[in-house]
Amino acid sequence: MNKQKIFISLLAISIPAIALLPLPDFWIVQLNYIGLYALVCLGLVLLTGVGGLTSFGQAAFVGIGAYTTAWLTLNTGISPWITLFIGLGLTAISALVIGTITLRMSGHYLPLATIAWGLSLYYLMGNLDELGKYDGLLGLKSLSLGSVNIGQGRMFFVLTWTILIVAAIALLNLLDSRAGRAIRSLKAGSLMAEAMGINTFRYKVTIFLIAALFASVAGWLMAHFQRTVNPSAFGLKMGIEYLFMAVIGGVGYVWGAFVGAGLIKLLDDYLQVALPALIGTSGSYEVIVFGIAMVLVLKYLPNGIWSLVANKLPSPPRKIDWHDAKPLSTRTKPALGELVLKVEKIRKQFGGLTAVNDISFDIHAGQIVGLIGPNGAGKSTTFNLITGVMPKTTGQVFYRGQDISAAPSRVIARQGMARTFQHVKMLNDMTVLENVALGAYTRGHCGVISSMLRTNKNEEQRFMKEAQQQLERIGMGQYLHELAGNLAMGPQRLMEIARALCCDPALLLLDEPAAGLRHKEKQELIKILRQLKNEGMSILLVEHDMDLVMNVCDHLVVMEFGTLLTQGTPSEIQASPAVRAAYLGMEH
Amino acid sequence: MDFSIASILLLDGITNGAIYALLGLATVLVFTVTRVIFIPQGEFVAYGALTLAMLQSGKTPGTVWLLLILAFVAACIELIACWRHHHNVSRAVRSAFKILVFPLFISLTTIWVAPQMFPLWLQAIISVAIVTAFGPLIYRVAYQSLEDATPLVLLIVSVGVHFAMTGFGLLFFGAEGFRNPSFWDDRFAIGSVTLSGQAIIILISTLALIVMLWLYFERSLSGKALRATAVNRTGARLMGITSHTSGQLVFLMAALIGALSGLLIGPTTTMFYDSGFLIGLKGFVAAVIAGLASYPGALLGALVVGIIEAFGAFWASAFKEVIVFTLILPILLIRSLRSGHADEGH
Repeated sequence: MNKQKIFISLLAISIPAIALLPLPDFWIVQLNYIGLYALVCLGLVLLTGVGGLTSFGQAAFVGIGAYTTAWLTLNTGISPWITLFIGLGLTAISALVIGTITLRMSGHYLPLATIAWGLSLYYLMGNLDELGKYDGLLGLKSLSLGSVNIGQGRMFFVLTWTILIVAAIALLNLLDSRAGRAIRSLKAGSLMAEAMGINTFRYKVTIFLIAALFASVAGWLMAHFQRTVNPSAFGLKMGIEYLFMAVIGGVGYVWGAFVGAGLIKLLDDYLQVALPALIGTSGSYEVIVFGIAMVLVLKYLPNGIWSLVANKLPSPPRKIDWHDAKPLSTRTKPALGELVLKVEKIRKQFGGLTAVNDISFDIHAGQIVGLIGPNGAGKSTTFNLITGVMPKTTGQVFYRGQDISAAPSRVIARQGMARTFQHVKMLNDMTVLENVALGAYTRGHCGVISSMLRTNKNEEQRFMKEAQQQLERIGMGQYLHELAGNLAMGPQRLMEIARALCCDPALLLLDEPAAGLRHKEKQELIKILRQLKNEGMSILLVEHDMDLVMNVCDHLVVMEFGTLLTQGTPSEIQASPAVRAAYLGMEH
Repeated sequence: MDFSIASILLLDGITNGAIYALLGLATVLVFTVTRVIFIPQGEFVAYGALTLAMLQSGKTPGTVWLLLILAFVAACIELIACWRHHHNVSRAVRSAFKILVFPLFISLTTIWVAPQMFPLWLQAIISVAIVTAFGPLIYRVAYQSLEDATPLVLLIVSVGVHFAMTGFGLLFFGAEGFRNPSFWDDRFAIGSVTLSGQAIIILISTLALIVMLWLYFERSLSGKALRATAVNRTGARLMGITSHTSGQLVFLMAALIGALSGLLIGPTTTMFYDSGFLIGLKGFVAAVIAGLASYPGALLGALVVGIIEAFGAFWASAFKEVIVFTLILPILLIRSLRSGHADEGH
């Protein structure tokens, strides 16, 4: 059994057990708070630990959930079970506004915006007469189901922790899915993710939204548990503390949220009493300890406390349950010899420098075309222009008759053009199989919600089957369950090819696939390229290794100083005096 | 609102804006050179103002003890790091001693000066010197070993440093608020507007500081070295500009600017141990307006923040903070629409 499942079942068993045990009420209250904090931290695990984004404003979202239900139940008498969803709606709107505004820009604008947002909301709550100013709102009702009060003590404990565990299961399900792999790829930078057809901006907004909604639910629970709300629980200090809980527990792990919330809550309570007693005056001195601890943790235990546990418990390999899965649907491939890619006079200017000067060439189905040239000839720029990473100054690119000149790389990927990278871009902490399955992203449909509910099982099995087949196609069948970070350079590059193949491409674009490979590995690569060609694949190859290029290519395009020097078959190119001069210099 | 109220508000806004401008400049400076988003910039402001307040009352300011502790910790870290790197005891001791010298000197001076009740300007200089000494030490202790971390990790470290500095502020200054005496008590009437001497000092000092910063970055070798680091850290390192030195230098400047801002703002408002945070963040909003990159942009942004704050305080005084900090959203929206996704590489 998977270790995550073991923890889940252990927790699920212990909830009723704890509720029935004769624990002092004080501890039940503590556990209630820990559960509420852990729910907020779960959102941060997804946002910060998995997605690489950060928010200091989670407390503000807790506040929206809490104030919405407090004001509505007190002033209109609406049932808290309805105000929950109104609170979620308001939270969603504010998270969408902040996310849409900040997430197009680099990573540090989101935390900055959330700091400002947290402060404004705090002062807003503290100054509105309607919300009771800094005194807040008093006299909320406990939650009840029918006539049963479930808003206090042990019943509330069961409620909170059930919600918490459901959230944790949903999160674990999400992370191990098509959408989850897309979210995990955000950390590796948007270039690779976009090349796999993933809309990175949309996923960034999505995880920010999910984290905010988790916080909002916690706020709703907290309001009815405390039966009063006031701004101090939702200020920036608390927002920072939530992040701190997640970081110290292990922001990359779902269970880190539980550990962090528990530890900080207990430590906070202890220090708030012990430090003023030690110093002799009252005041919130615990921030000194937290601040210093935060710096120390980031320095010496950057993955948090749970990483110590996680390293001791290696994951068992994924159970292979996809033998009977239906294969993913494939696109119709071009007939042999049909025009696949037409590059027409593409040009790129950086200020006064023309890096690519009106380059044109064609690729036909079943052809391997090599793009070569000395260093600085503009090969990589040409490659980036074709794959939509960089906008062209002028010129057009047609893929199977369609104009893709202005399309971004994720749209190009969806059309069936897949690529690899000059510097391997992969997710070190995912297995080879999962990395390769990322390539099939464009061939699935299941989104975040179906992943959380696990209604995507069928599609997942088809993904895994495809990934396994592509790995076996290039002879990497023995590496399925290895962590990608443990691979040597050769297998890493092959894995990128398998990932590209998973996209079911009609055209494969390989950016220096032989760079850094040893002789044996190059031989292996040549064999695979020939095999793909025999299976009808068209390939564009940017490469420095002349042996390899001359060996596998049908057609060569030679660039020098951004212009097209010549093109032709390998033997024509080898005989060309112009090419020799470009590489070796003129004879005098 | 008539013209005279508007001009009073405008003047008020510009005076406060000048302070935010200094803090915004410091934020941009620190970010471009070290990629640290230095949230605790405002703490230097509070430390500066409160240190002077303590000296005014003839007491040894608590910052002295904090400085000694911090210097000792920094020296220990340096000693260990240096010994591990070179395995040379005398070299390690020397470099640790180098860290200790100035903080030790300024602390002892302050302990001697405190009960003597020297004139205000001398106490001001000492306050600035104490707070400035914090800059490099904080860099050494909190950031130096994390130089290669992502801006996001550095930001979280900054928040940790902010927590610790606020807590220490409470510990060493207490929860009581202080208002410093004005450096220049005269007032001048220009038409319907009265200009206080303190406002003139604030405006002139800000201008002078900006000119000095400009001269430093344009005309001096170490200023150019910092600019080089800001453009390309690896390149600068290859030219022999170590990131340790430039980091400590830029933190020294940030602390200096913070302390001076504290002295300037001290007579205009009551300062508490945690007042610096909001003041610093307003400088921060200014820096964000400038995209954390442009100095004239930060200056302009700061004036906008100051003026909006002044008018906001007039129309809806309870919500002036809400107005100032919500301002960041439309600013970011404009920046995001203008830049598209081109900001990616930071």
